[in-house]
Amino acid sequence: MSMTTVTSEATTGVVVAGAGGPAAKTQIKPYTMNFGPQHPAAHGVLRLVMELNGEVVERCDPHIGLLHRGTEKLIEHKTYIQATPYFDRLDYVSPMCMEHAFVLGIENLLQIKLPLRAQYIRVLFSEITRILNHILAVTMGAIDVGAITPPLWGFEQRELLMEFYERVSGARLHANYFRPGGVAWDLPDGLLDDIWAFTEQFPKFMEDVDNLLTDNRIFKQRTVDIGIVTKEQALDWGFTGPMLRGSGVAWDLRKSQPYEVYDRMEFDIPVGLTGDCWGRYLVRMEEMRQSLRIIRQCCKEMPDGPFKIEDRKVAPPPRGEMKRSMEALIHHFKLFTEGFHVPAGETYTAIEAPKGEFGVYLVSDGTNKPYRCKIRAPGFAHLQGLDFMSKGHMLADAVANIASMDIVFGEIDR
Amino acid sequence: MSEQALKELGDAIAAKLGGDVLTVEVKLGQLMVTVKRAAILTALTTLRDDPAFSFEQLTDVTAVDFPERIERFEVIYQLLSYKHNRRMRVKLTTDEDTPVPSAVSVYSAANWFERETWDLFGVFFDNHPDLRRILTDYGFEGHPFRKDFPLTGYVEVRYDEDQKRVVYEPVRLTQDFRSFDFLSPWEGMTNVMLPGDEKAALQDGSKTP
Repeated sequence: MSMTTVTSEATTGVVVAGAGGPAAKTQIKPYTMNFGPQHPAAHGVLRLVMELNGEVVERCDPHIGLLHRGTEKLIEHKTYIQATPYFDRLDYVSPMCMEHAFVLGIENLLQIKLPLRAQYIRVLFSEITRILNHILAVTMGAIDVGAITPPLWGFEQRELLMEFYERVSGARLHANYFRPGGVAWDLPDGLLDDIWAFTEQFPKFMEDVDNLLTDNRIFKQRTVDIGIVTKEQALDWGFTGPMLRGSGVAWDLRKSQPYEVYDRMEFDIPVGLTGDCWGRYLVRMEEMRQSLRIIRQCCKEMPDGPFKIEDRKVAPPPRGEMKRSMEALIHHFKLFTEGFHVPAGETYTAIEAPKGEFGVYLVSDGTNKPYRCKIRAPGFAHLQGLDFMSKGHMLADAVANIASMDIVFGEIDR
Repeated sequence: MSEQALKELGDAIAAKLGGDVLTVEVKLGQLMVTVKRAAILTALTTLRDDPAFSFEQLTDVTAVDFPERIERFEVIYQLLSYKHNRRMRVKLTTDEDTPVPSAVSVYSAANWFERETWDLFGVFFDNHPDLRRILTDYGFEGHPFRKDFPLTGYVEVRYDEDQKRVVYEPVRLTQDFRSFDFLSPWEGMTNVMLPGDEKAALQDGSKTP
């Protein structure tokens, strides 16, 4: 079952360990293998140093940091408004959810309440982002275990969703759409109708992927009973999101610590029973269906009103007002040069990002720049569990494990 | 979770841990408990195992650098209880030389979080099973998230065509790094006496703010 990609890696990366076993004639030498950082199944720049016994993984040491950009340090040198775009670049598969944690942290420090429409827009786009992320996670997981069709179909759907991103923010990926005090722009005309049209055709795609993968014999051989995580392990190792729910813990921050208008939404939390790669795949599939429900509710209930708060000390005035009002012009100028000052204090804000609990620990010293901004990325905690998840499995199963963790290096390396 | 309930939880923790707890604060709806450095392991174990607290998960470990303080680092542990659905954070202080007991024996998740804190801040963790650098380059020197480490760093890398390898060189900036100080002087001078201010102070009998 070993894949061609992995064996080609093995021919280049094999180092025979000098230790050697006892004098048994057919002793297979355990060897150390380098996996990545340039490997399509590593989901980015992951370097794994693996100790193998034959094809069985004995130890797996992820070397990360190849994409470390010092985001947290850069943020300390930027004003709060200038720092939000950095969050798009963390988990570049689910950009708006990253921004969400940061702006919620700022809003908690400023103690401001958002208008209802802004909260609905944020929930709507958080769920669009979740589908965007899970399509990639599920279909790329499929390609890692040998199925090429799901990603081809999935990217078509992702393109539709990224068009919504583009229409609302002007950018397909790095949106910078969620701002302290609301969102950057109002929804353009007709967008909600088009999102609704998307939700009508999307279940067909889900059905197709379901037919292709869920009961597929090869897919199940590669994922069932692979990388089992027990409930205790998941808690001990700091797993969150689908990694935790796949192990049978019914926990979702959208339900247990609701933010924005999630407490008004009707949706269910899927929980896996087996804790293996297949279970996590099923959780993600069901989460997409539930996200679709939330998106529909948002489209139906979307209230009228302002899309950001009216406090000009935090949110910029509309363009039209700036043409007429001197005060509005000054506010705009001050906001985009000096920024706003945030009262001294500290806060930890977490949201349910598609990959798990994404948290921002923000320390403010009362100036216009954060004193410290620690980003708690779910993938960071998940990846350190790769060692115990892969131990005793075949090399190719380590790839399935990485895929089921939904690793993105933008957020892990920061 | 209401502030009152968090306050009660904080008092319960302080009562349970006794003299190991230095301060208990509830701010912005979040509970912060500062403990003595040496007592961190007992504190974390109690918080995890006592059914009244049962913080099953360590969400994050990080540090904040305050260079002007004698013990310049604050080490922060974020905890989450699934049973009671609440969060808290535990804090302690340390300096460059004093090690902090490693929490890996209590929460496995602490392993990488502490490696990261060591790498970026130089906070040393005692009895850590594998305290290597994690995010910075192989052979990196210094701890980049300290406030006295420049944003631009000290070295830059490039591929050298003659030596056929990547070489490290002192960082060269074609343009100086510009850090604008947007702090408005008017806001900064609220508690400064300007010439003439004393008259206002005399009139209403109070001191200037």
